[in-house]
Amino acid sequence: MTETTTAPLLSIRNLVTEFRTESGIVRAVKGVDLDIESGQTVAVVGESGSGKSVTSLSVMRLLAKGVGSITDGTILFRGRDGQVRDLVQEPETAMRRIRGNEISMIFQEPMTSLNPTQKVGAQIAEAAELHQGLSHRQAWARAVEMLSLVDIPEPERRAQVYPHQMSGGMRQRVMIAMALACNPALLIADEPTTALDVTVQLQILELMRRLQREIGMGILFITHNLGVVAEIADKVAVMYGGRIVETAAVQDLFDRPSHPYTRGLLASLPTVDHAARAAGEVARLRAIPGNVVDPRNPPAGCDFNPRCAWAIEACRAAVPPMLPVEPGHATRCIRWSELDG
Amino acid sequence: MAETLVQVSDLKVHFPIGRSLFKDGVTLKAVDGVSLDIARGEVVGLVGESGSGKTTLGRALLRLIEPTEGSVRFDGTEVVGLPPRDLKALRSRMQIIFQDPYASLNPRMSVGQIIGEALHLHSIGTRADRDERVGDLLEKVGLPRTAAARFPHEFSGGQRQRIGIARALAVNPDFIVADEPVSALDVSIQAQIINLLQDLRQELGLSILFIGHDLSVIEFLCDRVVVMYLGHVMETATAADLYTQPRHPYTRSLLDAAPVPNPRAKRDRIMLKGDLPSPINPPSGCVFRTRCPFAIEACAQVEPALETVGPRHAVACIRQAELNLME
Ligand SMILES: Nc1ncnc2c1ncn2[C@@H]1O[C@H](COP(=O)(O)OP(=O)(O)OP(=O)(O)O)[C@@H](O)[C@H]1O
Ligand SMILES: Nc1ncnc2c1ncn2[C@@H]1O[C@H](COP(=O)(O)OP(=O)(O)OP(=O)(O)O)[C@@H](O)[C@H]1O
Ligand code: SF4
Ligand SMILES: [Mg+2]
Ligand SMILES: [Mg+2]
Repeated sequence: MTETTTAPLLSIRNLVTEFRTESGIVRAVKGVDLDIESGQTVAVVGESGSGKSVTSLSVMRLLAKGVGSITDGTILFRGRDGQVRDLVQEPETAMRRIRGNEISMIFQEPMTSLNPTQKVGAQIAEAAELHQGLSHRQAWARAVEMLSLVDIPEPERRAQVYPHQMSGGMRQRVMIAMALACNPALLIADEPTTALDVTVQLQILELMRRLQREIGMGILFITHNLGVVAEIADKVAVMYGGRIVETAAVQDLFDRPSHPYTRGLLASLPTVDHAARAAGEVARLRAIPGNVVDPRNPPAGCDFNPRCAWAIEACRAAVPPMLPVEPGHATRCIRWSELDG
Repeated sequence: MAETLVQVSDLKVHFPIGRSLFKDGVTLKAVDGVSLDIARGEVVGLVGESGSGKTTLGRALLRLIEPTEGSVRFDGTEVVGLPPRDLKALRSRMQIIFQDPYASLNPRMSVGQIIGEALHLHSIGTRADRDERVGDLLEKVGLPRTAAARFPHEFSGGQRQRIGIARALAVNPDFIVADEPVSALDVSIQAQIINLLQDLRQELGLSILFIGHDLSVIEFLCDRVVVMYLGHVMETATAADLYTQPRHPYTRSLLDAAPVPNPRAKRDRIMLKGDLPSPINPPSGCVFRTRCPFAIEACAQVEPALETVGPRHAVACIRQAELNLME
């Protein structure tokens, strides 16, 4: 434990996380570095299976016992008391105090993280009671207040229903209410708005922005939606095959994507060719060819090389290091400066 | 115009809530009088507020939920009230891709068993044929053939969604309800899946009801779009018309709220205010009126009917003729 108030809120260095499975060891996260400041929103985008959720579960230390484990690296977290702790080394009892209090998380799958046998109001109230020392009645009032904050209609009545009686989007808003009930210093949101329609999504993003201004929380925001990234992020990290392959301020990433994978992502966004459509053509998107990395059998060198149009022999020889593109912008591609050539 | 494959008329799905021996309870009108047609080979998008009844409608079409009232005709056969044996035969022609890839895959079954289950159920092929087909399907959705031996928990969210798609495709259906099949996928895999759906519709003449929230995906993929709000259809039009000439204030607010992948794009938006009304106690008249910036007194009095305003374009708004939403 060290005392530094200038340290970032969260500082991940060389994080490695592995799973033991029947078919052998799966290395899901292969050396991730990431910093988040208070009041900052960092978006993590990337291939499905690239390790985004596992990275966030590692920070929360919520990896399945005996199956998943952090095998290397540090996760330095600056708590409300100004103390910096390495979450990798914290005992489980300390983690229990941090989780759902200083750091809270909105999970990708609302149905598996809500208790199906308990009324939603009681679940939120329990979180508030546990971490904020509220009385039972105060906690229930807080739960209703949080439900109305996330635009659940008739919050008093909705607090009384079970998760399966709500639509997918409503369950997601319940999760968000639960995560924000404790005014966390760091909010980890794993695809928080994926299940929501765009009008509610916009309201939730506004809500997160407002709470961020009010309580200065840092946000780690995992999403597939590059529109949402443009809307909410200050900084973006792009993941591929268990590594961060590009990181930049949001505007720089959209202006000068400097990794072939990032370029592929931006190019595969749907755009309608009205002339072709009028001519009755069945349109195709520019998907990145090939398959995601099989973590049991990763390629040699750059993880992206089997799918990359720029790959050369040197790309297969070694994993490229992070190379500086401009201040605050780095890429894990040895050919980044030639991509436009 | 191609022949109609699915014809839905005045469909209602009401859920009783809180009913017990001692209490009367209330009724939640999840779907309340929806009519729509889907032609053979057509892809129809279904968008709308979370909780507006999209999933319920999609499931009711396949009788995974019992409709309360109304009719669903599939290729000429009335599905509502069809006896179980006939329904089973029809089921192999209608499949669903579920919204939640976590809850919808049985954790105790291997991926191969999950995908092969329907083949087994409908006694299609020998065991070896079925294994072969499972492998082909895995490749078709971009997973290695070896994935068949593994279990759902070993896959990420997006990978699981692809397993769900492979399962739906296994029996060669004519019609698929795709409930947010790409919402959980990153955009490059989303693009692969969309291309896959485009291939399938071209090769197999597949009809799809595509439920989604991403308006750019819907615009790209769908021939026609149906916009729902609180169990009712607000507007339906060809994709081209809906995006360039929305006629319903709710449609306009949806288009406004869609995030665009450009941090510089700061736009004027009609941002919806207020709470979603409850489907237990929906507003009188137009169900959208409590959030509509253009609502007048008359909107509380009459329930607007879907009015035809152009070729294959219909709107349920009493003020549609006087509003110009494209300003
Ligand atoms: N419990 C587990 N057992 C074995 N492998 C796992 C487990 N959990 C995750 N993995 C593997 O770790 C890798 C990373 O998974 P992760 O869930 O972090 O992906 P993701 O980037 O969040 O993807 P998505 O965008 O699809 O949610 C995947 O290859 C996945 O198969
Ligand atoms: N089994 C059920 N019992 C009671 N109410 C239900 C049930 N299933 C759904 N509902 C309610 O019906 C309404 C419509 O839900 P549905 O899941 O169809 O919405 P949706 O449009 O698919 O929303 P989302 O975009 O969030 O998935 C919601 O108010 C929901 O709470
Ligand atoms: S390092 Fe080579 S293979 Fe990797 S992205 Fe760059 S050019 Fe492609
Ligand atoms: Mg994930
Ligand atoms: Mg739904």
